[in-house]
Amino acid sequence: MNNTLLTKYINSKKRQDVPEFRPGDTVRVHVKIKEGDKERLQAFEGTVIARKNSGMGETITVRKISFGHGVERIFPLNAPVIDRIEVVRTGKVRRSKLYYLRGLRGKAARLKER
Amino acid sequence: MSPGILGRKIGMTQVFRADGRVVPVTLLKAGPCVVVQRKTPLTDGYDAVQLGLMEYVKPARINKPRTGHLKKANVEGVKFLKELRLRPGDDDFKPGDKVLVDQFKPAEKVDVIGISKGRGFAGVVRRHHFRGGEATHGSMFHRAPGSIGASSYPSRVFPGTRMAGHMGNHRVTVRNLEIIDVNAEDNVLVVKGAVPGPNGGYVVVRRAKR
Repeated sequence: MNNTLLTKYINSKKRQDVPEFRPGDTVRVHVKIKEGDKERLQAFEGTVIARKNSGMGETITVRKISFGHGVERIFPLNAPVIDRIEVVRTGKVRRSKLYYLRGLRGKAARLKER
Repeated sequence: MSPGILGRKIGMTQVFRADGRVVPVTLLKAGPCVVVQRKTPLTDGYDAVQLGLMEYVKPARINKPRTGHLKKANVEGVKFLKELRLRPGDDDFKPGDKVLVDQFKPAEKVDVIGISKGRGFAGVVRRHHFRGGEATHGSMFHRAPGSIGASSYPSRVFPGTRMAGHMGNHRVTVRNLEIIDVNAEDNVLVVKGAVPGPNGGYVVVRRAKR
């Protein structure tokens, strides 16, 4: 991954409209959903618990509690199905992978604002 | 239309198609190339063009016979030379002509020829995908090839029987790779899928034969 031409190509293909956020932040991801020949947007709001890989294959794992159940979705950051990402809230955390949140619920799973 | 171009492998990544699907791609630094020699049926018995990849080369690294050969076409800075057969419909070339990536368009098909990564002396499991035996449960047969020729019949080893030996570091052709992107500014050709050889290895990109 250190070839200049490769880096240049990847940077030219990467999407430029991804806001800056870190694991622990709460984001709202707007996903394009195709229904027949119609397209609509669906939002998925939750805490970023992991940001993985680099380059074109970069992904984020977003976790939320939906009707009492933990739901996680992995989004490829550069995929065209993602319409846009909004940062809702920042969170102060001390590690890059927040898998420990899976074992916590309610009050214990709160994160301090950064 | 040129029959092909020479280049070097840069590396792999992935891109998204317009419909959202991911495609694995290999980036190739293709060209610029020069025509070093034109072979004709009259003088050589066949129609071909000898291309050279233009890059930085120390003159001392090229031996004297090749220096003389390059001088005939009046070209410099060429180390990697390969011949490509001309097919009906191809352009006519003169020594000194340039071949650039912009000859290729996205969605066209190419064959890519390279030298595969050397694997050294490889056993039969790695080299020919033999299944091998159980690792445990008292099995005494692990990665050995098994029988290669029984004692009474045939009481010999058939020629061509798959055995352990040197693997890799030979010429490999991958056919019909789709061109995803062409960047004429940086001389970068983006093809779908994998290409033989290490990053930085020399490759021949040829218009697909079929």
